[in-house]
Amino acid sequence: MDQFSSLAGVFSYLSLLTVGGGMAAWPEMKTLVVATHHWMSEAQLIHVYSVGQMSPGPNMMMVAAIGVKVAWIPGALIAALAFFLPTGVLTFVVGRVWTKLANWPWRESIQRGLGPVAIGLAVAGLLSFGRGSITSWVALAVALAVFFATVRTKINPALLILGGALVGVVALH
Amino acid sequence: MSESVVPQPAAVASKPQVALLDMFLTFLQIGATSFGGGVVAYLRSALVGKKKWLDDVEFLELMSISNTLPGLNATNMAILAGDRLCGTAGSVAAMLGMCLPAFIFMTAAGIAYDSSTGSRPMVTAALHGVAAAAVGLIAATWYQIGKKSVKGFYDAFFILAAVLGVNHFKISVPVVLIGVGAVAIFAYRPRKPEKEDPDQWISSLR
Repeated sequence: MDQFSSLAGVFSYLSLLTVGGGMAAWPEMKTLVVATHHWMSEAQLIHVYSVGQMSPGPNMMMVAAIGVKVAWIPGALIAALAFFLPTGVLTFVVGRVWTKLANWPWRESIQRGLGPVAIGLAVAGLLSFGRGSITSWVALAVALAVFFATVRTKINPALLILGGALVGVVALH
Repeated sequence: MSESVVPQPAAVASKPQVALLDMFLTFLQIGATSFGGGVVAYLRSALVGKKKWLDDVEFLELMSISNTLPGLNATNMAILAGDRLCGTAGSVAAMLGMCLPAFIFMTAAGIAYDSSTGSRPMVTAALHGVAAAAVGLIAATWYQIGKKSVKGFYDAFFILAAVLGVNHFKISVPVVLIGVGAVAIFAYRPRKPEKEDPDQWISSLR
Protein backbone atom coordinates (compact mmCIF):
# COMPACT_ATOMS: atom_id res chain seq x y z
CA MET A 1 0.00 0.00 0.00
CA ASP A 2 2.80 2.33 0.96
CA GLN A 3 4.52 1.57 -2.35
CA PHE A 4 1.41 2.67 -4.22
CA SER A 5 1.23 6.04 -2.54
CA SER A 6 4.96 6.57 -3.15
CA LEU A 7 4.49 5.72 -6.83
CA ALA A 8 1.52 8.05 -7.09
CA GLY A 9 3.35 10.88 -5.33
CA VAL A 10 6.59 10.58 -7.29
CA PHE A 11 5.01 10.34 -10.72
CA SER A 12 2.38 13.02 -10.31
CA TYR A 13 5.16 15.35 -9.14
CA LEU A 14 7.43 14.41 -12.05
CA SER A 15 4.65 14.90 -14.58
CA LEU A 16 4.39 18.59 -13.65
CA LEU A 17 8.03 19.08 -14.66
CA THR A 18 7.65 17.79 -18.21
CA VAL A 19 7.51 21.20 -19.84
CA GLY A 20 8.44 20.68 -23.47
CA GLY A 21 8.81 16.93 -23.04
CA GLY A 22 9.97 14.14 -20.76
CA MET A 23 13.68 14.91 -20.73
CA ALA A 24 13.16 17.98 -18.53
CA ALA A 25 12.08 15.68 -15.70
CA TRP A 26 15.08 13.33 -15.99
CA PRO A 27 17.35 14.80 -13.26
CA GLU A 28 14.50 14.72 -10.71
CA MET A 29 13.40 11.29 -11.88
CA LYS A 30 16.89 9.92 -11.39
CA THR A 31 17.10 11.41 -7.91
CA LEU A 32 13.69 10.10 -6.80
CA VAL A 33 13.70 6.66 -8.43
CA VAL A 34 17.35 5.79 -7.82
CA ALA A 35 18.55 7.69 -4.75
CA THR A 36 15.39 8.29 -2.74
CA HIS A 37 13.28 5.17 -3.30
CA HIS A 38 15.85 2.65 -4.60
CA TRP A 39 13.33 1.28 -7.09
CA MET A 40 16.04 0.78 -9.73
CA SER A 41 19.73 1.41 -10.32
CA GLU A 42 20.69 4.32 -12.56
CA ALA A 43 21.71 1.86 -15.30
CA GLN A 44 18.32 0.15 -15.12
CA LEU A 45 16.48 3.46 -15.23
CA ILE A 46 18.50 4.50 -18.30
CA HIS A 47 17.61 1.18 -19.96
CA VAL A 48 13.90 1.55 -19.27
CA TYR A 49 13.88 5.19 -20.36
CA SER A 50 15.62 4.24 -23.59
CA VAL A 51 13.16 1.45 -24.33
CA GLY A 52 10.48 4.13 -23.92
CA GLN A 53 11.93 5.83 -27.00
CA MET A 54 10.97 2.71 -28.96
CA SER A 55 7.42 2.71 -27.66
CA PRO A 56 4.59 3.88 -29.88
CA GLY A 57 2.62 6.87 -28.56
CA PRO A 58 3.80 8.90 -25.57
CA ASN A 59 7.37 7.78 -24.83
CA MET A 60 7.11 8.73 -21.17
CA MET A 61 4.80 5.76 -20.70
CA MET A 62 8.11 4.21 -19.63
CA VAL A 63 6.93 5.12 -16.12
CA ALA A 64 4.73 1.99 -16.38
CA ALA A 65 7.89 -0.14 -16.54
CA ILE A 66 9.13 1.44 -13.31
CA GLY A 67 5.73 0.70 -11.79
CA VAL A 68 6.08 -2.94 -12.86
CA LYS A 69 9.40 -3.19 -11.06
CA VAL A 70 7.89 -1.79 -7.86
CA ALA A 71 4.46 -3.43 -7.72
CA TRP A 72 3.84 -5.53 -10.84
CA ILE A 73 0.86 -4.61 -13.06
CA PRO A 74 -1.03 -2.63 -10.39
CA GLY A 75 2.17 -0.62 -9.97
CA ALA A 76 2.27 0.06 -13.71
CA LEU A 77 -1.31 1.28 -13.62
CA ILE A 78 -0.73 3.59 -10.66
CA ALA A 79 2.47 5.01 -12.16
CA ALA A 80 0.78 5.67 -15.51
CA LEU A 81 -2.32 7.24 -13.95
CA ALA A 82 -0.24 9.41 -11.64
CA PHE A 83 1.93 10.55 -14.52
CA PHE A 84 -0.79 11.31 -17.06
CA LEU A 85 -3.85 12.26 -15.02
CA PRO A 86 -2.77 15.47 -13.19
CA THR A 87 -1.19 17.12 -16.25
CA GLY A 88 -4.13 15.84 -18.28
CA VAL A 89 -6.64 17.63 -16.06
CA LEU A 90 -4.45 20.75 -16.04
CA THR A 91 -4.28 20.74 -19.85
CA PHE A 92 -8.04 20.20 -20.08
CA VAL A 93 -8.85 23.14 -17.80
CA VAL A 94 -6.22 25.53 -19.13
CA GLY A 95 -7.11 24.54 -22.70
CA ARG A 96 -10.62 25.83 -22.19
CA VAL A 97 -9.52 29.05 -20.52
CA TRP A 98 -6.57 29.67 -22.87
CA THR A 99 -8.79 29.94 -25.93
CA LYS A 100 -10.73 32.71 -24.26
CA LEU A 101 -7.50 34.55 -23.52
CA ALA A 102 -6.57 35.01 -27.17
CA ASN A 103 -6.21 38.76 -26.70
CA TRP A 104 -4.48 38.68 -23.31
CA PRO A 105 -1.02 40.16 -24.06
CA TRP A 106 0.79 38.01 -21.45
CA ARG A 107 -0.31 34.88 -23.26
CA GLU A 108 2.30 35.46 -25.92
CA SER A 109 4.89 36.38 -23.28
CA ILE A 110 4.33 33.06 -21.51
CA GLN A 111 4.63 31.07 -24.71
CA ARG A 112 7.67 33.01 -25.88
CA GLY A 113 9.41 32.93 -22.50
CA LEU A 114 8.92 29.26 -21.73
CA GLY A 115 10.30 28.17 -25.11
CA PRO A 116 14.00 28.67 -24.30
CA VAL A 117 13.51 27.45 -20.71
CA ALA A 118 12.04 24.19 -22.04
CA ILE A 119 15.04 23.79 -24.36
CA GLY A 120 17.43 24.49 -21.48
CA LEU A 121 15.76 21.95 -19.20
CA ALA A 122 15.83 19.33 -21.96
CA VAL A 123 19.54 19.96 -22.59
CA ALA A 124 20.22 19.74 -18.85
CA GLY A 125 18.32 16.45 -18.66
CA LEU A 126 20.09 15.11 -21.71
CA LEU A 127 23.54 15.98 -20.33
CA SER A 128 22.72 14.13 -17.13
CA PHE A 129 21.27 11.21 -19.08
CA GLY A 130 24.26 11.15 -21.44
CA ARG A 131 26.76 11.01 -18.59
CA GLY A 132 25.14 7.79 -17.46
CA SER A 133 24.65 6.20 -20.86
CA ILE A 134 27.63 7.22 -23.02
CA THR A 135 30.15 5.10 -21.18
CA SER A 136 32.21 3.77 -24.09
CA TRP A 137 33.57 4.89 -27.45
CA VAL A 138 31.12 2.57 -29.17
CA ALA A 139 28.22 4.23 -27.34
CA LEU A 140 29.50 7.65 -28.37
CA ALA A 141 29.74 6.51 -31.99
CA VAL A 142 26.18 5.14 -31.89
CA ALA A 143 24.84 8.38 -30.39
CA LEU A 144 26.59 10.50 -33.04
CA ALA A 145 25.46 8.24 -35.87
CA VAL A 146 21.84 8.37 -34.71
CA PHE A 147 22.07 12.14 -34.24
CA PHE A 148 23.24 12.74 -37.81
CA ALA A 149 20.87 10.18 -39.30
CA THR A 150 17.93 11.91 -37.58
CA VAL A 151 18.99 15.41 -38.58
CA ARG A 152 19.87 14.52 -42.17
CA THR A 153 17.27 11.90 -43.12
CA LYS A 154 13.63 11.07 -42.44
CA ILE A 155 14.36 7.56 -41.22
CA ASN A 156 11.96 6.09 -38.63
CA PRO A 157 13.49 6.74 -35.19
CA ALA A 158 12.37 3.33 -33.93
CA LEU A 159 14.61 1.71 -36.57
CA LEU A 160 17.58 3.77 -35.40
CA ILE A 161 17.01 2.64 -31.83
CA LEU A 162 16.84 -0.98 -32.98
CA GLY A 163 20.08 -0.38 -34.88
CA GLY A 164 21.60 0.83 -31.63
CA ALA A 165 20.51 -2.40 -29.97
CA LEU A 166 22.16 -4.41 -32.72
CA VAL A 167 25.44 -2.52 -32.43
CA GLY A 168 25.25 -3.00 -28.68
CA VAL A 169 24.93 -6.76 -29.01
CA VAL A 170 27.71 -7.05 -31.59
CA ALA A 171 30.21 -4.59 -30.14
CA LEU A 172 29.60 -4.47 -26.42
CA HIS A 173 28.65 -8.02 -25.62
CA MET B 1 -0.30 37.63 -30.78
CA SER B 2 0.13 36.69 -34.38
CA GLU B 3 -3.10 36.28 -36.29
CA SER B 4 -2.41 32.72 -37.22
CA VAL B 5 -3.11 31.23 -33.81
CA VAL B 6 -6.25 33.18 -32.98
CA PRO B 7 -9.19 30.80 -33.33
CA GLN B 8 -11.41 31.63 -36.26
CA PRO B 9 -15.05 31.91 -35.22
CA ALA B 10 -16.06 30.37 -38.54
CA ALA B 11 -13.94 27.31 -37.91
CA VAL B 12 -15.43 26.83 -34.46
CA ALA B 13 -18.95 27.22 -35.77
CA SER B 14 -18.44 24.59 -38.46
CA LYS B 15 -16.98 22.15 -35.94
CA PRO B 16 -17.67 18.68 -37.26
CA GLN B 17 -19.69 16.24 -35.19
CA VAL B 18 -17.39 13.42 -34.22
CA ALA B 19 -18.59 10.16 -32.74
CA LEU B 20 -16.86 9.08 -29.54
CA LEU B 21 -15.96 5.67 -30.90
CA ASP B 22 -14.44 7.23 -34.01
CA MET B 23 -12.47 9.56 -31.78
CA PHE B 24 -11.18 6.70 -29.64
CA LEU B 25 -10.22 4.56 -32.64
CA THR B 26 -8.47 7.40 -34.44
CA PHE B 27 -6.31 8.18 -31.42
CA LEU B 28 -5.77 4.49 -30.77
CA GLN B 29 -4.32 4.23 -34.24
CA ILE B 30 -2.09 7.27 -33.72
CA GLY B 31 -1.07 5.92 -30.31
CA ALA B 32 -0.12 2.59 -31.86
CA THR B 33 1.78 3.84 -34.89
CA SER B 34 3.55 7.07 -33.93
CA PHE B 35 7.17 6.89 -32.82
CA GLY B 36 9.68 9.17 -31.20
CA GLY B 37 9.51 12.89 -31.68
CA GLY B 38 7.37 12.35 -34.75
CA VAL B 39 4.06 12.17 -32.93
CA VAL B 40 3.14 15.72 -33.94
CA ALA B 41 3.49 14.84 -37.63
CA TYR B 42 1.24 11.79 -37.15
CA LEU B 43 -1.35 13.88 -35.32
CA ARG B 44 -1.37 16.50 -38.02
CA SER B 45 -1.74 14.05 -40.88
CA ALA B 46 -4.58 12.26 -39.09
CA LEU B 47 -6.54 15.20 -37.64
CA VAL B 48 -5.96 17.86 -40.30
CA GLY B 49 -5.26 15.67 -43.32
CA LYS B 50 -7.21 12.45 -43.22
CA LYS B 51 -10.10 13.24 -40.88
CA LYS B 52 -10.38 16.99 -41.51
CA TRP B 53 -11.54 17.45 -37.92
CA LEU B 54 -9.29 20.50 -37.48
CA ASP B 55 -7.83 23.02 -39.89
CA ASP B 56 -4.19 24.11 -39.79
CA VAL B 57 -4.98 27.25 -37.80
CA GLU B 58 -6.76 25.30 -35.06
CA PHE B 59 -4.05 22.65 -35.03
CA LEU B 60 -1.34 25.26 -34.50
CA GLU B 61 -3.37 26.93 -31.78
CA LEU B 62 -3.74 23.64 -29.91
CA MET B 63 -0.02 22.93 -30.41
CA SER B 64 0.89 26.26 -28.86
CA ILE B 65 -1.16 25.45 -25.76
CA SER B 66 0.21 21.93 -25.67
CA ASN B 67 3.82 23.16 -25.78
CA THR B 68 3.39 25.70 -23.03
CA LEU B 69 1.81 23.35 -20.51
CA PRO B 70 3.50 20.48 -18.71
CA GLY B 71 2.75 17.07 -20.18
CA LEU B 72 3.75 15.49 -23.46
CA ASN B 73 2.63 16.77 -26.83
CA ALA B 74 1.03 13.43 -27.64
CA THR B 75 -1.29 13.39 -24.63
CA ASN B 76 -1.86 17.14 -24.40
CA MET B 77 -2.93 17.21 -28.04
CA ALA B 78 -5.26 14.25 -27.51
CA ILE B 79 -6.95 16.05 -24.62
CA LEU B 80 -7.23 19.42 -26.38
CA ALA B 81 -8.42 18.01 -29.71
CA GLY B 82 -10.80 15.59 -28.00
CA ASP B 83 -12.34 18.40 -25.96
CA ARG B 84 -12.64 20.71 -28.94
CA LEU B 85 -14.32 18.06 -31.08
CA CYS B 86 -16.67 16.40 -28.62
CA GLY B 87 -16.28 17.82 -25.17
CA THR B 88 -15.19 16.14 -21.97
CA ALA B 89 -16.04 12.63 -23.12
CA GLY B 90 -14.11 13.18 -26.34
CA SER B 91 -11.12 14.28 -24.34
CA VAL B 92 -11.20 11.10 -22.26
CA ALA B 93 -11.72 8.88 -25.33
CA ALA B 94 -8.82 10.47 -27.20
CA MET B 95 -6.51 10.28 -24.18
CA LEU B 96 -7.32 6.60 -23.58
CA GLY B 97 -6.76 5.75 -27.23
CA MET B 98 -3.45 7.59 -27.29
CA CYS B 99 -2.15 5.92 -24.11
CA LEU B 100 -3.41 2.36 -24.36
CA PRO B 101 -0.89 0.93 -26.89
CA ALA B 102 2.06 2.53 -25.10
CA PHE B 103 0.82 1.27 -21.74
CA ILE B 104 0.60 -2.29 -23.01
CA PHE B 105 3.98 -2.02 -24.72
CA MET B 106 5.81 -0.56 -21.71
CA THR B 107 4.15 -2.84 -19.16
CA ALA B 108 5.15 -5.86 -21.25
CA ALA B 109 8.65 -4.43 -21.68
CA GLY B 110 8.86 -3.87 -17.93
CA ILE B 111 7.85 -7.45 -17.19
CA ALA B 112 10.32 -8.81 -19.75
CA TYR B 113 13.08 -6.56 -18.40
CA ASP B 114 12.34 -7.48 -14.80
CA SER B 115 12.72 -11.18 -15.50
CA SER B 116 15.77 -10.90 -17.76
CA THR B 117 18.27 -8.55 -16.13
CA GLY B 118 21.31 -10.03 -14.59
CA SER B 119 20.65 -13.34 -16.23
CA ARG B 120 21.41 -12.23 -19.77
CA PRO B 121 24.43 -10.03 -20.45
CA MET B 122 23.31 -9.86 -24.07
CA VAL B 123 20.16 -7.97 -23.05
CA THR B 124 22.29 -5.52 -21.11
CA ALA B 125 24.60 -5.02 -24.10
CA ALA B 126 21.62 -4.41 -26.40
CA LEU B 127 20.12 -1.91 -23.96
CA HIS B 128 23.45 -0.13 -23.69
CA GLY B 129 23.26 0.39 -27.44
CA VAL B 130 19.61 1.44 -27.20
CA ALA B 131 20.46 4.04 -24.55
CA ALA B 132 23.26 5.48 -26.70
CA ALA B 133 20.89 5.67 -29.68
CA ALA B 134 18.27 7.37 -27.48
CA VAL B 135 20.80 10.09 -26.59
CA GLY B 136 21.43 10.73 -30.28
CA LEU B 137 17.73 10.76 -31.08
CA ILE B 138 16.71 13.13 -28.29
CA ALA B 139 19.69 15.40 -29.00
CA ALA B 140 18.65 15.56 -32.66
CA THR B 141 15.05 16.41 -31.77
CA TRP B 142 16.11 19.30 -29.56
CA TYR B 143 18.79 20.43 -31.99
CA GLN B 144 16.10 20.79 -34.64
CA ILE B 145 13.77 22.69 -32.31
CA GLY B 146 16.63 24.90 -31.12
CA LYS B 147 17.92 25.68 -34.60
CA LYS B 148 14.55 27.07 -35.61
CA SER B 149 13.50 28.82 -32.45
CA VAL B 150 16.59 30.20 -30.73
CA LYS B 151 17.01 33.78 -31.76
CA GLY B 152 19.19 36.36 -30.14
CA PHE B 153 20.86 36.87 -26.83
CA TYR B 154 17.86 36.42 -24.52
CA ASP B 155 17.05 32.93 -25.76
CA ALA B 156 20.66 31.77 -25.50
CA PHE B 157 20.89 33.29 -22.03
CA PHE B 158 17.78 31.51 -20.70
CA ILE B 159 18.87 28.18 -22.16
CA LEU B 160 22.27 28.55 -20.55
CA ALA B 161 20.73 29.63 -17.23
CA ALA B 162 18.51 26.54 -17.15
CA VAL B 163 21.35 24.18 -18.11
CA LEU B 164 23.80 25.62 -15.57
CA GLY B 165 21.14 25.81 -12.86
CA VAL B 166 20.31 22.12 -13.12
CA ASN B 167 23.65 20.62 -14.08
CA HIS B 168 26.29 22.83 -12.51
CA PHE B 169 24.61 24.37 -9.50
CA LYS B 170 22.44 21.30 -8.86
CA ILE B 171 19.33 23.39 -8.29
CA SER B 172 16.20 21.27 -8.51
CA VAL B 173 14.24 21.31 -11.77
CA PRO B 174 11.04 22.93 -10.40
CA VAL B 175 13.01 25.81 -8.88
CA VAL B 176 14.86 26.41 -12.15
CA LEU B 177 11.61 26.10 -14.11
CA ILE B 178 9.80 28.65 -11.98
CA GLY B 179 12.80 30.94 -11.46
CA VAL B 180 14.20 31.12 -14.98
CA GLY B 181 10.68 30.79 -16.40
CA ALA B 182 9.45 33.87 -14.51
CA VAL B 183 12.44 35.95 -15.62
CA ALA B 184 12.03 34.77 -19.22
CA ILE B 185 8.33 35.58 -19.29
CA PHE B 186 9.11 39.00 -17.84
CA ALA B 187 11.82 39.56 -20.46
CA TYR B 188 9.24 38.88 -23.15
CA ARG B 189 6.57 40.92 -21.37
CA PRO B 190 3.96 42.66 -23.49
CA ARG B 191 5.42 45.71 -25.17
CA LYS B 192 4.99 47.82 -28.24
CA PRO B 193 5.20 45.71 -31.39
CA GLU B 194 8.49 43.89 -31.32
CA LYS B 195 7.98 41.58 -34.21
CA GLU B 196 9.09 38.14 -33.38
CA ASP B 197 7.01 35.22 -34.43
CA PRO B 198 5.80 33.22 -31.42
CA ASP B 199 4.83 30.38 -33.74
CA GLN B 200 8.42 29.63 -34.65
CA TRP B 201 8.86 27.29 -31.76
CA ILE B 202 5.65 25.51 -32.57
CA SER B 203 6.09 25.26 -36.29
CA SER B 204 9.57 23.90 -35.73
CA LEU B 205 7.97 20.84 -34.21
CA ARG B 206 5.98 19.92 -37.24
